[in-house]
Amino acid sequence: MSTRNRLVVLFASLVAFAVLPIFLKTYGVYLMTLFCVYLMATMGLNLTVGYAGQMSLGQAAFFGIGAYHAAILLTLGWPFFVVLPIAAVACFAAGLALGFPALRVQHHYLAFATLGFNVLVYLVMRNEEKLTGGTFGIANIPRPSLVGFSLDKPLPFFYFTFAATILLALALWWLLRSPWGRAFAALRDNPIRAESLGVNITAYTLLAFAIGAACAGIGGVYFATLVNFVEPAPFHVTASLTMLLAVIVGGSGRFFGPMLGTVVVVLLPEWLRFMQNWYLAVFGFAVVALMIWLPGGLLSIPERFKAKGAAE
Amino acid sequence: MSARTGFLEVKDVRKAYGAIKAVDGVSFAVGPGEIVGVIGPNGSGKTTLFNSILGQIKPTSGGVEFCGEDITGMSPLALARRGIGRTFQTLQVFVKLSVRDNLIVAAQEFKGTLAGRLLAKPDAGLGEHADRTIEMFRLKQVAHLPAGSLSYGQQKLIDIAMAFMAAPRLVLLDEPCAGVNPSLVEQLRELLVELNGTQGGSFVVIEHNMDFIMGLCPHVICMVEGKVLAEGPPATVQSNRQVLEAYLGN
Repeated sequence: MSTRNRLVVLFASLVAFAVLPIFLKTYGVYLMTLFCVYLMATMGLNLTVGYAGQMSLGQAAFFGIGAYHAAILLTLGWPFFVVLPIAAVACFAAGLALGFPALRVQHHYLAFATLGFNVLVYLVMRNEEKLTGGTFGIANIPRPSLVGFSLDKPLPFFYFTFAATILLALALWWLLRSPWGRAFAALRDNPIRAESLGVNITAYTLLAFAIGAACAGIGGVYFATLVNFVEPAPFHVTASLTMLLAVIVGGSGRFFGPMLGTVVVVLLPEWLRFMQNWYLAVFGFAVVALMIWLPGGLLSIPERFKAKGAAE
Repeated sequence: MSARTGFLEVKDVRKAYGAIKAVDGVSFAVGPGEIVGVIGPNGSGKTTLFNSILGQIKPTSGGVEFCGEDITGMSPLALARRGIGRTFQTLQVFVKLSVRDNLIVAAQEFKGTLAGRLLAKPDAGLGEHADRTIEMFRLKQVAHLPAGSLSYGQQKLIDIAMAFMAAPRLVLLDEPCAGVNPSLVEQLRELLVELNGTQGGSFVVIEHNMDFIMGLCPHVICMVEGKVLAEGPPATVQSNRQVLEAYLGN
């Protein structure tokens, strides 16, 4: 596809995505907003995992840290646009704090270190009742208003979240095109060579990890305001696995990979709900099949066809 | 020897793995702008010597000085910042990055600060420099392809070109000709001579290809079983009886 065609497809998808919720019921609009919220976290995870080559099974912990920041501070009456950067910075800092010890190890060891972190954060959310409300959670989280315009209704809040997702995607696009993006890729492809070429691999690894965490934190703030209620369950390790799955299913290290992957993990289970008790099994089977036949993710399908065409 | 002191000095470097002495008291010096060849049979300790100089492994004893500074055991990053570059024995390119991006990433970290690079132009102001290097290494047709999709010989050229992108003061090349066809070997030799002339850096080259070494290095060191067996102009070293024995057996 030429660059122009790509832009046309991208623009058409964005327009379709913006128009679609007008024709949907409340639950449909909720699901599309949830998609945007998850996408912020998975785009961040794609930076950490796909572009910088680090393993993480703790993205939901950062998502939760962002959500709880929003829940606690917004119910105290703090303004949304003050809480949002605070949550992002807090997650960035938490990413650095976890990264310093954890990034000494690689691959599956790093996976377990981040998984342990997720369990720890989950336990804090569940047990520190005074701060987090424990299993009862924190309710009545207010939605923000934009220059006097209330975002309480599902549709305005969808557009608010959609706009934030696009802004975050643009910021990540710009980051990945900057020399930093190139350094991240170098560190993923060959850290030893990268270091011998003056790439500070410790600094870049930490940055990739912390920026990915900050994206999850931003997603968490929108999540808390979307559902108006937080409790520990959505930030369990299972959610981290789902986010990692979204990145891999879509095509890890591809800019539009998380968009497709998040559709699969957020919306597909809903569409498969008519199968009742069977839907998880069918969903699981589909994922296994995909990983066997398309290890490069859904976005590698066009290349597959091209390679096949060239071979024949 | 006096002309050769004060730039890179390797002093009695030893590296032992248990009872095996991989590098057993090697000393030599390299002067500014000089090209020194290191030859020796397989397993004679050449790469271990390189890795001890370059911070990949810590020598058991001995030291390395660069421009009067003790650089023994420094990290590869610290050495890169001091202007010391290297290539590896095996191919080490960034397979998913384009050829051009491989070259740019090899130099971008030497420009400005970390924060400055976030705000810099996508090519970090190195686009023209990369394009000139691509021209020089005759990689123009493949400049925008992922490095991993190219032939071994082309990847080898990228690998070597990367080491020179930041114009390092000293470059250690570990078997640049391994697996490269004869016509490319000659091209490589010409490129290295040209780079030595334009950038003025010093090179230390490990190589098995004798024609290449003879045509490139005015000074050659022959290592056998972790020790320097002979040192001098290539013709002298090559005709040394002990060197011949080491290569061909008694």
